[in-house]
Amino acid sequence: MKKIGVLALQGAVSEHIEILERCGVTPIEIKKTVQIADIDGLIIPGGESSTIGNLMNEYSFFEKIREFAYKGKPIYGTCAGLILMSKNIIGENRKTISIMDIEVRRNAFGRQIDSMEIDIEIPKLGNKKFPAVFIRAPIIEKVGKQVEILAEIDDRIVMAQQENLLVSAFHPELSNDDRIHRYFLNLVNKRWR
Amino acid sequence: MKKMGTFKVKSGLAEMLKGGVIMDIVSVEQAKIAEEAGAVSVMVLERIPADIRKVGGVARMADPQLIKDVMDSVTIPVMAKVRIGHFAEAQILQALGVDFIDESEVLTPADEQYHINKNKFEIPFVCGATNLGEALRRIDEGAAMIRTKGEAGTGNVVEAVRHMRLIMSEIKELTSLSEDKLITTAKEKEASYELVKWVAENGKLPVVNFAAGGIATPADAALMMQLGAEGVFVGSGIFKSENPSVMAKAIVRATTYFNDPEVLLEVSRNLGEAMMGLQISQIEEVDLLQKRGI
Repeated sequence: MKKIGVLALQGAVSEHIEILERCGVTPIEIKKTVQIADIDGLIIPGGESSTIGNLMNEYSFFEKIREFAYKGKPIYGTCAGLILMSKNIIGENRKTISIMDIEVRRNAFGRQIDSMEIDIEIPKLGNKKFPAVFIRAPIIEKVGKQVEILAEIDDRIVMAQQENLLVSAFHPELSNDDRIHRYFLNLVNKRWR
Repeated sequence: MKKMGTFKVKSGLAEMLKGGVIMDIVSVEQAKIAEEAGAVSVMVLERIPADIRKVGGVARMADPQLIKDVMDSVTIPVMAKVRIGHFAEAQILQALGVDFIDESEVLTPADEQYHINKNKFEIPFVCGATNLGEALRRIDEGAAMIRTKGEAGTGNVVEAVRHMRLIMSEIKELTSLSEDKLITTAKEKEASYELVKWVAENGKLPVVNFAAGGIATPADAALMMQLGAEGVFVGSGIFKSENPSVMAKAIVRATTYFNDPEVLLEVSRNLGEAMMGLQISQIEEVDLLQKRGI
């Protein structure tokens, strides 16, 4: 059985844990870098990216997660997780894990008053639209050649994949639809390196 | 179809704050210190609770210009307080576009009978509670987040502990009740039956539940988290301490590693002096903030 970790420094950890349990896997809350050796895939949840980044820096997560990604282990970042996986946050000089060839803009839709629920098309997941929840969400403004765009809203990139790395600007952990988590679990079952 | 201001979107922001620390600030400079220390959000006030207690008079919503200046200078969500029942203050903050509104007992109540109908707003609200009934009434009114009231501005965690323990045990008690008893319980708690039933079935509140009111040290934050809080508000505890930046960082770390005594030991060292603190018994009954708006 594959073990999936959910980075539990801050944010919507329990929602991811519940969905993973529904998908039949045993999730592990990751609070220490040593735990990363035991898992096959990692989810970096939504939360406040500056807070999570601050704690990641303090407790040496950046290097460890980078190594994990380079070994070909799948990582899925939602919202704050997307921001932290990017190689650059436009207009800010905060450190990131810098594993995915994307440049992102934080709070790109606006403040909380602009947060929304919207059904979006994700062709990879089939014809049925996905109920996406955007909360003070970022967007991906630039992607590298290796990055595949999986979903857009009005030409703004909100979901993408680069081999074993998956990101979404919205929160499937707040929706009653586990298709993205199942898609991620499929990535975990593949061999990437 | 785009849907904005839904309950899911409102409570969703609260979910994103879980495991984090929300810090009271009174200036742009303090907001930046809080953000750098790892706060998930800042709460803008004219005065921090300890000073409201000292100064007396009527405590109102902060100047919207100050709130705007804070919104422009940090990238984390910005919260601000309005007086209990003062829906006009809330309308002003919604027009300003603040991210979260705290309908707070720390300010002087504007209405002794009614709280704000929070369902009518697109901005999420957080409200204080001392027990489950209060929490459920606020959720019925549309609150997207609950926090304990504790006793703000005291630096004394005892009331927050009491409120959190009570709410947790009342939730547990609900889960063991039959349907007939739930109907009576809903009446006793003056809450809707649907909500009472949901809590009984799920063993938790349908919104995030934070600790607030008297948290002053990393150990206080860890204590509240172990008692079941999903995050903490720190009011006077940070900017009334000797070294706010160091204290703020330490409380952030303690909130994440609340279950890890080694980290707690590490972050609790050399913090300088914590805020002075007040005995609850030294406060006159009429001056207890937690008695406001129940």
